[in-house]
Amino acid sequence: MIATTTNNRLSDTETSLRMTGISKQFGPVKALSDVSFTVRRGTVHALVGENGAGKSTLMKILAGVYQPEAGTIEINGKVQRLSKPAEALAAGISMIYQELDLAEHLTVAENVFLGMELPGRLLFIMDHKKMIEQTAEIAQRFNFNINPTTVVEELPMGDCQVVEILKALMRKASIIVMDEPTSSLSETEAAMLFKLVKALRRQGLSIIYISHRLEEIVGLADDVSVLRDGRMVHSGAMAELDIPKIVHHMVGRELKDFFPARNVNIGATRVKVRNLSSQNGVEDISFDIRKGEIVGMAGLVGAGRTQVAKALFGIDRKTSGTIELDERHLEINSPTDAIANHIAFLTEDRKRTGLCLELPCSWNVTLPNLVAIGMKNIIKPGLESKIVTNIANRISIKWLGPQAPVDSLSGGNQQKILIARWLLAQSKFMIFDEPTRGIDVGAKKEVYSLLNELAEEGKAILFISSELPELFGIADRILVMRRGRLVGNVNPKETTQEEVMHLAAVEAAQ
Amino acid sequence: MSKLARQLLPFGSLILIICFLSALKPDTFLTTDNFLNVLRRSSVNGIIAVGMTAIIISAGIDLSVGSMMALSGMVGAWVMILIGGTNPQGAALVLGTFVGIVTGIACGSLNGLLVTKLKLPPFIVTLGTMSTFRGISYVMNAGKPYNIPHYKYLNEGVVLGIPISVLIFAFIIALAGFLLKYSRLGRYTYAIGSNREAAFHAGVNVDSCLIRIYALTGLVVGIAAMITTSRAVSAQPTAGVTLELDIIAAVVIGGASLSGGRGTIIGTLIGTLLISFLRNGCTLLDISTNVQLIVIGAVIIIAVAVDQLARSKAAAGQFE
Repeated sequence: MIATTTNNRLSDTETSLRMTGISKQFGPVKALSDVSFTVRRGTVHALVGENGAGKSTLMKILAGVYQPEAGTIEINGKVQRLSKPAEALAAGISMIYQELDLAEHLTVAENVFLGMELPGRLLFIMDHKKMIEQTAEIAQRFNFNINPTTVVEELPMGDCQVVEILKALMRKASIIVMDEPTSSLSETEAAMLFKLVKALRRQGLSIIYISHRLEEIVGLADDVSVLRDGRMVHSGAMAELDIPKIVHHMVGRELKDFFPARNVNIGATRVKVRNLSSQNGVEDISFDIRKGEIVGMAGLVGAGRTQVAKALFGIDRKTSGTIELDERHLEINSPTDAIANHIAFLTEDRKRTGLCLELPCSWNVTLPNLVAIGMKNIIKPGLESKIVTNIANRISIKWLGPQAPVDSLSGGNQQKILIARWLLAQSKFMIFDEPTRGIDVGAKKEVYSLLNELAEEGKAILFISSELPELFGIADRILVMRRGRLVGNVNPKETTQEEVMHLAAVEAAQ
Repeated sequence: MSKLARQLLPFGSLILIICFLSALKPDTFLTTDNFLNVLRRSSVNGIIAVGMTAIIISAGIDLSVGSMMALSGMVGAWVMILIGGTNPQGAALVLGTFVGIVTGIACGSLNGLLVTKLKLPPFIVTLGTMSTFRGISYVMNAGKPYNIPHYKYLNEGVVLGIPISVLIFAFIIALAGFLLKYSRLGRYTYAIGSNREAAFHAGVNVDSCLIRIYALTGLVVGIAAMITTSRAVSAQPTAGVTLELDIIAAVVIGGASLSGGRGTIIGTLIGTLLISFLRNGCTLLDISTNVQLIVIGAVIIIAVAVDQLARSKAAAGQFE
């Protein structure tokens, strides 16, 4: 339901997109019911909602990928029927997906003109010079600093986004949809992107901005629309909202205790790492984690946090250092060794290094645990399903059953499949690398609760995260990394996020 | 549900072909002899296809199976002659059979080692060994076959009215189907094919699994080689030229994905039988072998296209 006040405020002349009464059904599931969505020209419009709320479906309808059962789409005052992606593109809609769509081996200019190359004087030969010139021209108009002749695979992530934006501009887009654009960017790259988005807005383009990171929306968006369970529950100016209010709309309930309290009962030292160095840039790291303790690890992208985990888990070769678990020295040269010694590692990229997406949920959960659950020689599928279902119920995974392929689950539930895996392994030392990345607010909170439960069971937890608020909300101590070294070991109750950021970002004056 | 439907598709086509031929040529097609004949002819391809299925599920490929079959047969026959003289019998044949099979295992292991230890793509490794194994087969007896007139049992032997080779084929299908579904190695094969990095991070010893998969394929190739040798009562250095393509076709028609993580033994069995019955039907209908090639090519493409279509329909039904 759109607040009538906001609706009146948007007069037709300044409306670039008006979707009215959109409904979409997948089999028995109603993905969108009677959704109306209006975007003003020259604004950044944030579209938020939990995973499964219908954001992707709505945007796929706008992109001509899905056809709605009901509703109309009006673009720049003209009613459009978008029955395929090419028609949406022609109507001025450009989508920039989370996984960018670039041809990595081609240059910036070639990517920008992909599919609409300028013909040269000879048949089948394109006019490279003109393409490069026009790319440079448009980049300059928007103040983008990019070389049209660079090959895309040599660009940093942030610049790849720029190429996508240039592609959209070259296709005369009037509405650009950005899906989680900052999810793989560093802080500085994200800041650059925000500047670009603002530049686009000044030129009269409308940006539909989808993000889980509410903090960035506050500073960037003019308007916010919130989807919940396939319905538009709020649409209005950003100025009238703040993060708690947005979260309230998203989940339909207050998240008073966003970081749930924990019965902290810290015991004896469980994990003892000394002078750990690896081939992959980790230098002389030492720390302890006690029973029931959650130790956070902060640092900028590239500070070597994941590399510490990889060295501990036997993925990267150690050049020096020792690991002790419960006062026992561990010899770890492979993930197989690490798992046998009750270490768990939930990797940051669940699609690349975590899950076998097309395989059943149950197979993914038991993959490292077949021996542990007594299926060393013969797998008993019935018993396997039962074991996995038990654990899935315990952490309330939403799925179609243990035999459903993992890629039929939402991001948050996929992450829970991986957590279930390590719960089943009964690990004693658990490393979580960015466990809340790309999952929605509700699922995040559940992950925090799970971390707390695991700590209460006496596990030692290393919690790597780029989001300082969650480190401060969850961790008992925070280790700070910079350039492969440990530069701080702080108590979050006695320090501030600014101080930790300072430690992580600034060279010590020596 | 859609999974079942996809399984049914090749199976349905198989039934359709059998019905069609039964109606058209009831007196020559619909006989026990003809069916046993088709099964016997399928057995060599089918046995090798079992190994190929596992390799393809692991996201690999083995182009060397045809050459490997020739080499295993040649080595086996060479040992028979070495021990039993120019006209070997009895124990010499048994020992030669054993050595031939071991040769297959050795060749498969070599493929596996090259793929894992040198970290080369399976396509390249087996493209290389395809040529090497074939070359060795030619060099062994200066391009000539080894004749073993008494080596008939594997081809002509019959138990309870069923040819030995068909029984071996059935046994290997059953065993491999079981292992792929109920053993850890089978499970790991799917995991590696679906996402090798994820399998590694979950503690799967990827290298050791892959070596075992390639070695086991070598084992079944060795067995198939000895059946082929027995059929011709001689080991031919030219045996199995372009065989790998027929095998891959059977596996793919059976629903396996060349990008890994997907495939079943039962599907491969159906794929193998489908090709065999097509060949048999063409022969009975007096369609020349040249035209058979055209038909089989079309079937491969149609089978995979329909499978893809069903898959993308199923994917469109999912969301988020």
